[in-house]
Amino acid sequence: MCLAIPGKILDTEDAGFSRTARVQFGGVVRTVFLDLVPEAGVGDYVLVHVGCAISRIDEEEALKTFELLEQIGALEEEGLSHEAPG
Amino acid sequence: MKHLDEYRDARLVRITAGEIRGLVTRPWVLMEVCGGQTHTIMRYGLPDLLPPEVEFVHGPGCPVCVTALETMDRAMAMAARPGVIFACYGDMMRVPGSRLDLFRVKAAGGDIRIVYSPMDALKLARDNPHREVVFFGVGFETTAPANAMAAHAARRDGVGNFSMLASHVLVPPAVRAILGAEGNRVQGLIAPGHVCTVMGYREYEELSAEYGIPIVVAGFEPLDLLAATLMLARQLEQGQARLENQYSRSVTRDGNAAARRLMDEVFETADRKWRGIGRLPLSGLRMRGSYDEQNAEVRFETAVEAVEEPSECISAMVLRGRAKPTDCPAFGGRCTPRNPMGAPMVSTEGACAAYYHFRRTESEGEL
Ligand code: SF4
Repeated sequence: MCLAIPGKILDTEDAGFSRTARVQFGGVVRTVFLDLVPEAGVGDYVLVHVGCAISRIDEEEALKTFELLEQIGALEEEGLSHEAPG
Repeated sequence: MKHLDEYRDARLVRITAGEIRGLVTRPWVLMEVCGGQTHTIMRYGLPDLLPPEVEFVHGPGCPVCVTALETMDRAMAMAARPGVIFACYGDMMRVPGSRLDLFRVKAAGGDIRIVYSPMDALKLARDNPHREVVFFGVGFETTAPANAMAAHAARRDGVGNFSMLASHVLVPPAVRAILGAEGNRVQGLIAPGHVCTVMGYREYEELSAEYGIPIVVAGFEPLDLLAATLMLARQLEQGQARLENQYSRSVTRDGNAAARRLMDEVFETADRKWRGIGRLPLSGLRMRGSYDEQNAEVRFETAVEAVEEPSECISAMVLRGRAKPTDCPAFGGRCTPRNPMGAPMVSTEGACAAYYHFRRTESEGEL
């Protein structure tokens, strides 16, 4: 019920009181309301829930997640993670 | 697909799970509140990747599962009215009321339409000016802004034949009811990322301080949940109890201002009865008086009786994380997704349905 799917904004349309966009999800394109994400524009990724975008995905923050996990991975591969002290 | 596949990366999943295994020295009980997260945990078999010390219990997590019997009965009474087009999310169709479900009301001639978005329901009203369109507005804080948008647009545009049966529930009061209950076992909480996308996480900082437990706001992909588990395990092992935000690509401390403004314009907090949990003070949203014209409960009188939940169903325990679905005597036998006795077996995000689908085939996710 709280599922929200990330998609990419292809173009936007302003209907005066409401802003919509064509958003691409994998191979599917749907019209989405953008009223809750006034900051989002063409090329941005948004999270869409029941036909409305609820957030613009912050690419920098998304990258950080991976960098953190990659760091753990690098340590692990060098056998440095959880090394017994001494 | 970007922002999905990358969070299912098998190598990073293994690394993160390994890190958790290396860290944990004692048993910890973690709860995820949101049914979407329960679904991911079961679908990808995350419990099998984690050390046996880490136990996941599943929370009340889906608005479908906690919609009160009376509310379902009221929905069916409205859906059966001549002249009404009743629009709802597909998940609601098989939720049992006290005697029927919406599928049976439809089979008996009720004009019930499944919609993907509340804005589709509003469009139905615009396209059918001589019919009354009633939209079943359920959901957590994630869905409330979109539902509010439909009511707001109906009022703004003078769409006089659109109204909403609103039955929204709020997460923090339910978390309080669980963490504050006697004998609570939950030691760390995964907060629902999409609820927090809208609401921010200030309320969860308060909960963390109030109950002295670590809380991590998390997303819905396997890596999100494993990263959140790692963050919780670290805090627990080090005796810390604070809020961390794993889902920072979508969640900020203050949430989505535009969404909150719209919710606030249309809804106000009210007491709400939760199926399986009971009445919780200020745990729901109802339409404000200024939206009486869009409020189906004001527009259509529907008397429904108070009813008891079926005694065999232990969903009350399941929804509070006190029992696993597999502890229920009806699980998988008299109660299946095709013939659900309780709501957690209906929704794909209900804990009982998640266990039913993914326990029997074991985990199916390709990791
Ligand atoms: S398995 Fe069915 S009867 Fe048992 S708790 Fe879940 S929904 Fe209720």
